[in-house]
Amino acid sequence: MAGVEIRHLSKRFGDLYAVNDVDLAIREGEFLVLLGPSGCGKTTLLRMIAGLERPTAGEILIGGERVDDAPPRARGIAMVFQSYALYPHRTVARNISFPLEAVGLPRSVIEQKVRWAAEMFSITRYLDRYPRQLSGGERQRVALCRALVRDPKVFLLDEPLANLDAKLRNTARDELKRFQRQIKRTTVYVTHDQVEALGLGDRIAVMDGGRVRQVGTPQEVYEEPVDTFVATFVGQPPMNLLAARDPALPPGTLLGFRPEHFLPRGHFAAGEPLRTFAFAVRRVEYLGSDRYVYGTVSDDVIDDATVIAKLPATVGTTIPEGERLEFAVPQRALRYFDGTTGARRL
Amino acid sequence: MIAPRSFADREDLLGAAMLAPALAYVLLLVGVPFALAIVLSFSNATAGSLSFGWAGFSNYAAILADPIFRRALGNTAIVTIGSQVLVVVLATAAAQVFRAAFHGKRTARFILLLPWAVPVSLAAIAWTWIFDSTFSVINWTLKVAGLLHGWLYWLGDPGLALVAIIIVQAWRIFPFATVIVLAGLASLPQDVMEAAIVDGAGFWRRLFHVELPLLLPVVAVAVLFGVVYTATDLGVVYILTGGGPANTTQVLPTLAFQRGIQGADLGQGAAIAVFLLPFLIAVAIAMLRLARHTEVGAK
Repeated sequence: MAGVEIRHLSKRFGDLYAVNDVDLAIREGEFLVLLGPSGCGKTTLLRMIAGLERPTAGEILIGGERVDDAPPRARGIAMVFQSYALYPHRTVARNISFPLEAVGLPRSVIEQKVRWAAEMFSITRYLDRYPRQLSGGERQRVALCRALVRDPKVFLLDEPLANLDAKLRNTARDELKRFQRQIKRTTVYVTHDQVEALGLGDRIAVMDGGRVRQVGTPQEVYEEPVDTFVATFVGQPPMNLLAARDPALPPGTLLGFRPEHFLPRGHFAAGEPLRTFAFAVRRVEYLGSDRYVYGTVSDDVIDDATVIAKLPATVGTTIPEGERLEFAVPQRALRYFDGTTGARRL
Repeated sequence: MIAPRSFADREDLLGAAMLAPALAYVLLLVGVPFALAIVLSFSNATAGSLSFGWAGFSNYAAILADPIFRRALGNTAIVTIGSQVLVVVLATAAAQVFRAAFHGKRTARFILLLPWAVPVSLAAIAWTWIFDSTFSVINWTLKVAGLLHGWLYWLGDPGLALVAIIIVQAWRIFPFATVIVLAGLASLPQDVMEAAIVDGAGFWRRLFHVELPLLLPVVAVAVLFGVVYTATDLGVVYILTGGGPANTTQVLPTLAFQRGIQGADLGQGAAIAVFLLPFLIAVAIAMLRLARHTEVGAK
């Protein structure tokens, strides 16, 4: 087992820094998710760890050893691609055995390992089929199987669930997490889907513009975002940010709170310290498990800021469109950010 | 008032009208001569005479009994297979080179394609000089490099002459095959190649276990074209050796030309030319089946 350490890692394509001076320590056995919008550099970072991309500068260590000059096969990694990248001309069994054949293991050992890996993902039935005869979920398992069979020190997963249909994704996520817990292997997982990131990651590294903005547990990233980027990227709908001219706060402060904390005033207990707002409701969106309420708030320190409230189905209050209602946010849920830099203010 | 359908709206008529020229071309310029050749092969027709009698299989019996024909048949097979093996190896290698980015790639690609654009006769004449018994560029080069001690009579020795023909035929098809393989390489899924790298496969393993199997349908098409072009080619052998020395390098097209046109025995010439047809059809079917069979995991 081994952790991954990344020091001052950069990758430049022409004038563009896809990855810009990233430092990241991934612990042994940890499930780390690289989360960010497309073009943030997360995939490039993963590909540099895999050895498919050469860093412009910086160091990569796996299990304490420098690997940034080593070819992919010498790094002890296995990778699962978004498209699964199965070998279309080989059967499932021959797909899984490919990395073992490359190492030159004896045939009997290969057969035994393929069977073991296939049993792990319950795909023994498909061993003689070709990839194109399999469904998306089955292909994804074959890809995981092929990664597992090499017994790598580090798993690298590039959006492995993105090509599955929405129905399958929940079970696949659960399976993936159980699998990782079972084998306890360091895993780096790239996604742009915050639900996957929050659900799977032991820790999440949020990336934007080639830099890591924040590294932390799902709770830390969600509840204590270090800047407005993380605050608005993680969470659906994004955190509400309002410019506040509060004399108690430094000028240019942004007030932030999550839509699910913005609820009708009457919903809170009597003693709870609250910040109340006059909320002009424009439109209510019924989404089954939740209602999203769109509107504006304004008071003596806030001018007509657009906000969204997310009311769970358990909040039964009727919300008439076009009316002004009293909404509130608990003081403990308020976050403050610098309006120019976006950085968190405590 | 609804406007009536114009000619351009009538897809049935329009389609037929647009197909007609192509159909007429194929029927008149390919179909008719082809049918005529088959009929001639069963006749005792001769050039310069209008008599035309049914000869049954006697033309075929005659050529099959003829050692020169059997030699030509063997030569056709040797030249076709030899040149195509060479082409497949060279074209796959060249495609690997042209896949990389390097300075002057456009120029190199242009030069690569030249043999394809040069008329066969012109190229063959240039090659006769390269293989010339006195001025042979190859011989002098080998000599200066100290690799050759005797002297090679390229077109004078039956074995060497076949080698020369194979070289020229390979040279002629090679650019086309390279372009096809290059297109095939470009269409290979990039992440499958990367998966093979991550899975620890080295260059040769990737080439033989991933790339080439995936390229097989494309290569099969290139080979099919090459086989047909080479097996039916008259120009190269005709200019290079004229079938000589002593009919040892005849191939079926040159022999058919010699017997049918120069020797005025149209019936036998046609029989020689038509003889290859079933083989070529068999090759085409086999190649196309191979291509379909290996198409991404098909059963």
